This record gives sequence, C-alpha cells and structure tokens, in this order.
Amino acid sequence: MSDNHLLDVNSQLLAEPIRKGFGRGLKRAGELDENVVAACADLTDSTQMSLFKEAFPSRFVEIGVAEQNLVTVGSGLAAMGKIPFVSSYAAFSPGRNWEQIRTTVCLNDRPVKVVGSHAGVSVGPDGATHQMLEDIALMRVLPNMVVIAPCDSVEAEKATLAMARDHRPNYLRLAREATPIVTTLDTPFEIGKAYVYAPGTDVTLIATGTMTYQALLAAEQLYKDGIDAEVVHVPTIKPLDAETILKSVRKTGCVVTAEEGQIVGGLGGAIAELLAEEHPAPLHRIGMKDRFGESGEPDELLKHFGLDAKHIRLAAHHIVERKK
Amino acid sequence: MAQKTYSLKQLEQKANTIREDIIRMLEHAGSGHSAGPLGQADIFAALYFDVMKHDPRKPDWDERDILLLSNGHCVPVRYAAMAEAGYFPKKELMTLRRLGSRLQGHPERTRLPGLEHTSGPLGSGLSQAAGMALAMRMNNELHRRVYVMMGDGELDEGNVWEAVMLAGKYQLNSITAIVDRNNIQIDGPTESVMPLEDLKKKWESFGWHVLEIDGNDIEAVIDACAMARAITEKPVVIIAYTIPGKGVDFMEYDFHWHGAPPNHEQAVKALHELRTLGGKIRSEHE
Repeated sequence: MSDNHLLDVNSQLLAEPIRKGFGRGLKRAGELDENVVAACADLTDSTQMSLFKEAFPSRFVEIGVAEQNLVTVGSGLAAMGKIPFVSSYAAFSPGRNWEQIRTTVCLNDRPVKVVGSHAGVSVGPDGATHQMLEDIALMRVLPNMVVIAPCDSVEAEKATLAMARDHRPNYLRLAREATPIVTTLDTPFEIGKAYVYAPGTDVTLIATGTMTYQALLAAEQLYKDGIDAEVVHVPTIKPLDAETILKSVRKTGCVVTAEEGQIVGGLGGAIAELLAEEHPAPLHRIGMKDRFGESGEPDELLKHFGLDAKHIRLAAHHIVERKK
Repeated sequence: MAQKTYSLKQLEQKANTIREDIIRMLEHAGSGHSAGPLGQADIFAALYFDVMKHDPRKPDWDERDILLLSNGHCVPVRYAAMAEAGYFPKKELMTLRRLGSRLQGHPERTRLPGLEHTSGPLGSGLSQAAGMALAMRMNNELHRRVYVMMGDGELDEGNVWEAVMLAGKYQLNSITAIVDRNNIQIDGPTESVMPLEDLKKKWESFGWHVLEIDGNDIEAVIDACAMARAITEKPVVIIAYTIPGKGVDFMEYDFHWHGAPPNHEQAVKALHELRTLGGKIRSEHE
C-alpha cells in the first residue's frame, strides 16, 4: 500500500511496547559511541533502560525518584561531552521538571535526550495522574527542543539511534502497552521528516505515535466506504515537516489529525497552526480535548475517549462532507 | 592561569577592583543585584586569581577547572572577575543587561565564552556539577575540579537536596560547593523566610565534608579550597559566611539591597568608600 516498506495492517501483525525499541536502540547506541550514557529516576526496567545498564554499568547513573535532578544531572553530563539519555515516566519527566529542561537543557543548549515513557491514556489502570497527555505541548513550546513520537518499537529503535547522533536537545515519547508493529527495518526514519504511509486523494489523516496504526486501519475502512485517505505519519512533531504535510493537504483539501494526547498544543495544535498560516483547510482533531483520563483497561479507555480507528473514520467522513 | 601569581595584598586589591566594577556596572544598568555580588567579591578574587586552573585566552581548555554560578543573579561579580582576568574588555561591563549584550542579566553560556552554564532559576547548579563530576569520573579526568557557587536562600529549593543526596551517594569528591551564607534573601533574613540551620549538620548527614569559613577572608577561601582538594572520600561544601553588600557601608547587612542597584549618587558614595577602604588599600589621591 505504499513504497515505505510498511507491513499490511490486515495481516497478522506482531505487537510490542514502543519502549522496547528504545531499550534496544539505546544499547546499540551505547555500543556505537562510548559517549552515550544513561540516567534513570527509579524506573530502569519500566523505561527499558535496563538493557543499557547491564551492558554498560559504569555509564549508567541511578538518580532515585528525583526528576528535577535527573535532567539537570543530564545537563552536566552533556556539558562534558556525553550524550545523556535520561528516562522516567512522561508524567514526571517532562511533567515535573519543565523549568529545568527549559533553562539547563534548552536555553543552555545541551544535547540531553529526555525520554518520557508510559505516555497517553493507554497506561490504563494507573489512572489520570500517570496518563501523560500534555508532554508534547510542554516540549514543543521550548526553543531548541526536538519532539519525537515513534509509531512502533521498530521505529523507536531507529529514533533512538538517530537521537544519539543529533546535537540538539530531544524529547522521545514512549508508550507502555504493546502496539502493533507496522514498520520494518527498511522503513525510512529521519528526524524532522514526515512520511506518507498510505497514498490517497480525498482526505489527509495525520497521525503520530500509537495513533498512526489506528490511522492506517481507518484508511483501510475508509477505502471500503469509497473515501481514498492519505495517511501521513509524523514521528517528529517538532520541527514539523511542513513540506510533506502541505503537499498532501494541497492534494486532498481536508485533514484529520490523531494523537494520544491533548490536541491543544499537541500534534493537532501544530497542524492547526501550520494550516491556518499556510493553507487553510477543514480540520478535525482526534485526541484528548481539554480533559484528563481515568482508570480503565487500555483498549477500553481508547474507545471511551474516541482514540481509535473508528473515530478517525467518522471524523474523516465528516470532514470530507465539510470540504464540499 | 598560573597559580600563586598574586600576593594576598594583590588579591585583596583584585577583590576591591571587582567591587568597584560591580558598582559601576549596576549603576549603569539601572537594575540588578548588589548585596550578593559585593559579598562574594573576595571568593571570586580567590577563585579566579589563585584557586582555579583556567586560561582566559582558552575558555574551552579541556584541562580547566569549572566554576558554576548556581545563584545566577549574582553574575555581576563573575563578569567583573572575568573582565579583570582578561576574558573580555572591561568596557564591555557597561553593556550589562543591554539589548544585544553578551552580559545578560542572568548568565547565558551560549553568549559568552567562559561561562559554563546558563543559570538564574535557582537550585540547578549542584545537579549540573554532579553530572560533570560523574562524566569526569567516567573520562578518568580525576585532576579537574568543579566549583559551584550557591546562595543560601537558594537552599530552599528541593532540587538542591536531590543533588546533595546524589553527590553524597556517588562520593563526588571533585565537587567543591561554596555556599554564600549571608543570611539574607529577597523577603528578609533566611532564618525567618525559611530556616536553614543547622546547616552544617544537614550537609554532613547527606555524606558531605563541611568547612566553615569567613567568606570575606581571601586567605581562608584559598585554604579551604586547598583542603577540599585533599579530601578524596567525600564531596566538600564550604559554608562561607559573608557580609552582604561587603565594602559599602550603607549596603552591608541590609536585605533591601539584595535585588536593587545603586543610583548615581549612591554609586559615587560607594566608589568613594571602596577607593579609601580603611586607607589600607589605596589612598584617595592615588
């Protein structure tokens, strides 16, 4: 369905937590560059940093439950030429330590790699406190910061390796639950690039992170409905690949965005800003709409909050009508 | 910079010059903090002209000692010391806080070579020092040191104690923290805003070696830094008791000068006092 070496969403797909790809990528990055180091705030297994820690114990720092210290220690490590990956749950980092990221990483311009795991409502039973929905907005607003949300574990591994070579501050958003793997080793990934994962002409579905799989599913269903949807995967929310996105919207004339986070300030916000300035077009944003999550099973929550293929499909029908 | 280049008397003169420059730049800028920088002038004279290994001609020299200014609002004292050391021309001090200046109101690393970090929001310097010390250990750069200047009011920040705990855990002995214990912060005396005592016991209980000195005694600063280098099993904090506004009679001990600059009349009076300081450094007619 595209020339991007994707797997068919109708086939039997393997599913794996996106954070697993990060764990493998970090270990590989550590093998490739001895300056890659890691620090964690008491969630080493959860964030999958344990692989790195086992391989390079002298290059791993256990910070304890102290997220402000986590990123500022990262800033100090980076000042001495290290490439520090610092991880916790997204709700705590960048949730708790935003000012430290702003001052000691972004304004100070040090290449700290902030890794926020367990983002989105799909964290599930832990409830709203742990379901980070504002991280994209918090990080996107910071000058110098790059914001990346891979769609599966295979892409997360590539993203991690790319981050280790990038000289800017980066934020990497990861999810807890198993997400179907749609990309392959041959699928391209480059920081700052968006990719057309399925070509179409009637509507552009722009998705990031876990919602890209849902957008691909929605496109399949829409095709049967007689709507030819183009799916654009945006793994880098900042800097936004305006060229790829606008090229698609100029062709289709309407847009649905999809993300597992607040649409205000998130991918939906970014796309709304881009379209309003460059190419006004009917837009519907799927995501969390100015509310918090709650406890529940991941699948149940995604349905409850309208974060699935079904709602993307409905939105696409609605927006195609509005275009007419 | 070669160490032990200056006699104690010369170092005292350096401190006085730093104070004069602080008064001039703050008056010219029309805003900024007076008390802290004046109180820390002796510490900065000791660090820049005796203690630290550094080279103003090579700010990125990879053998240099690192000085972090966690209390970024006191940066006028650092700018004055850097200019005196030759990092940049003295006349640039008069651009402090002006549009386009490399001398921002709070220090920005990316604008001025010789600054090691961007700071201002309090409580993050010691964490950065810990990161640097960990990296130095990984790199086997055991001869380098990280000095961190901190305010006492800054110790209200939780981030500080996260770093104190971490440095204690990893026994980061390449760190020398210096707390400017001047007992004032913006809202008043530290012990009424948020009591810090027993400060020595607090640091000790986190695994630090604590030295207490008169922070306006240059020789004591130099000796304490030497002692800190000799302590290899723990990080060291020097609690430096200083007089806020030191050297300018009408500013000393008055917390109102924490965040205020002198006006022209006050600056003239302050400079006059600094020039004639007890008659022991220079005569007014010199």
